[in-house]
Amino acid sequence: MNIFLILQMAADAMPDRVAVVSGDERLTYAALLERARTVAGALKQDQKLGFLGESNAMAPVALFAAALTGAPYVPLNYRLAEEPLNALLKRTAPALIITDRTDVAQDGLVVSASSSLLGGKPIDSDAPDDATSPAIELFTSGTTGEPKSAILRHDNLMSYILGTVEFMSAEEDEATLISVPPYHIAGISAVLSSVYAGRRMVQLPNFSAEAWLGLAATEGVTNAFLVPTMLQRIVEQIEKSGAAPQLPKLRALAYGGGKMPLQVIEAAMDMFPDVAFTNAYGLTETSSTICLLDPDDHRQARSSENPEVRRRLGSVGRPLPTIEIQIRDEDGRACGADEAGLVFVRGDQVSGEYKGAGSQLDGDGWFPTKDRGFLDTEGFLFLDGRADDVIVRGGENISPGEIEDVVIAHPSVKDVAAVAVPDTEWGEAVGLAVVVDPETTPPGAEELCEIVRKSLRSSRVPTLVHFCDALPYNETGKLLRRVIRDDLARLGS
Amino acid sequence: MALTLKAGMKLNSAVCAGQIMVLRAPKEPLDLRCGGAEMSTEEAAEKSGVDKDFAHGLLVGKRYVDEEETMEFLCTRGGEGGLSLGSTPLGVKQAKALPSSD
Repeated sequence: MNIFLILQMAADAMPDRVAVVSGDERLTYAALLERARTVAGALKQDQKLGFLGESNAMAPVALFAAALTGAPYVPLNYRLAEEPLNALLKRTAPALIITDRTDVAQDGLVVSASSSLLGGKPIDSDAPDDATSPAIELFTSGTTGEPKSAILRHDNLMSYILGTVEFMSAEEDEATLISVPPYHIAGISAVLSSVYAGRRMVQLPNFSAEAWLGLAATEGVTNAFLVPTMLQRIVEQIEKSGAAPQLPKLRALAYGGGKMPLQVIEAAMDMFPDVAFTNAYGLTETSSTICLLDPDDHRQARSSENPEVRRRLGSVGRPLPTIEIQIRDEDGRACGADEAGLVFVRGDQVSGEYKGAGSQLDGDGWFPTKDRGFLDTEGFLFLDGRADDVIVRGGENISPGEIEDVVIAHPSVKDVAAVAVPDTEWGEAVGLAVVVDPETTPPGAEELCEIVRKSLRSSRVPTLVHFCDALPYNETGKLLRRVIRDDLARLGS
Repeated sequence: MALTLKAGMKLNSAVCAGQIMVLRAPKEPLDLRCGGAEMSTEEAAEKSGVDKDFAHGLLVGKRYVDEEETMEFLCTRGGEGGLSLGSTPLGVKQAKALPSSD
């Protein structure tokens, strides 16, 4: 099934509802369909359709235009520097690239501004019915190396949408605020889910807490998805202003894309007592969300006296009804409840495929997420960082998360990352990058080491503690551990 | 005359505006009807009336299944006719409502 069907159904059932709000521009579902048909008409055979730019009304148009012709849609990271961007463009050719930039030129690329594509003739044909053809080629963020091109097929995405969204389930006045960039899986799934639900998409191209709060108020936003850093900034902005947020229409906030600090979600729940919070865990390779910690789970965890239930505020919830999760140890054996290992996932929405490298699924359809974690007795999934981030000290596996959880509990510590540093005796040892609140009496390295020694074991005690002003994150809130590892390795040598 | 169905196929009602898409179906041909009349891959120029015994309606966005869930259809366009396999009506698939996560 082609994802173009999503827009076709929406335009058929609610043609006059507003689909997209981008600055002063407002597009109905009928107009969105018309534009998608027009842009599709500009695409030549064998061309992919690339999109390079901030979030604007053209991003959802391009996504559906590509689907209509059967070509893959390739949204590109406009924040990349010239060299890495050119490398991705080269891998995308032959393609029509929609961009308002003037610095893009390469063999095999036809570059068009959004405005010049809308004068053409719309194509009237039906979308091809090759469900297994790639709908989207999405470059992963490449925080650990060269970006990989993940292939998401029509069937993967349709399975996700049909399994999670009820058609036209949004009320006429519902609006979702989209502040994730168009090249992020959350930016793609936001378009597909919102169109299928009939929820107005309000785009915020450049996130700042102030702009987000302003737009949410003026557009009467009811729903939003945020990465943890964004929610943190919103919480800080509201704290700074000293006044309660004026967002009477806001009903639901979903978050994901990285580890949510406990203090932030607790503060947010207190600030927005009437808002339903949902934690969504997913990967590019799984067509977005695979696990949900739903609003009831949040409230129960927050108010429970039982530590088993309370700790679930730090979990990513339970798998979708259409998804299976399995935890395996290093030897591939299934782990029991509360036993940490590697997270595997299975379901129709899971693509697990990269261009060039092929499918990463095993014979039974399981995809290795490379995340570490465990399931509790009720099936709640707790994540424990990436498998690649594990610190191996003299053959002992140390999870950065357990050290970070202990250190962040210090009232003066604002942010912390534990990474592997080279160690002549043990191969690797624990290095700590710490951000402290300058307005308090910050702890010294000795004090932090002592906290780790007392709470954990001596093998966890950092051999290097580095105080810095901020930790490096990418624009979607992913902690760049590789950068910290490199910095600390330099400091230690 | 029964039709052999496969996933992705679009079927039109002969009696109303209704249209469905096959999500999954058994291999053997099925006598799939809407509003009492057999469905077709072709769009009829003129729609005959709905049999009032099969006027339970087709709702856009709903998924329809048989009792054993051996087949599943997505309604892509609503109509007054109801789906049936022969004369056995198909039911709406009940799915757990999930909070929006994007």
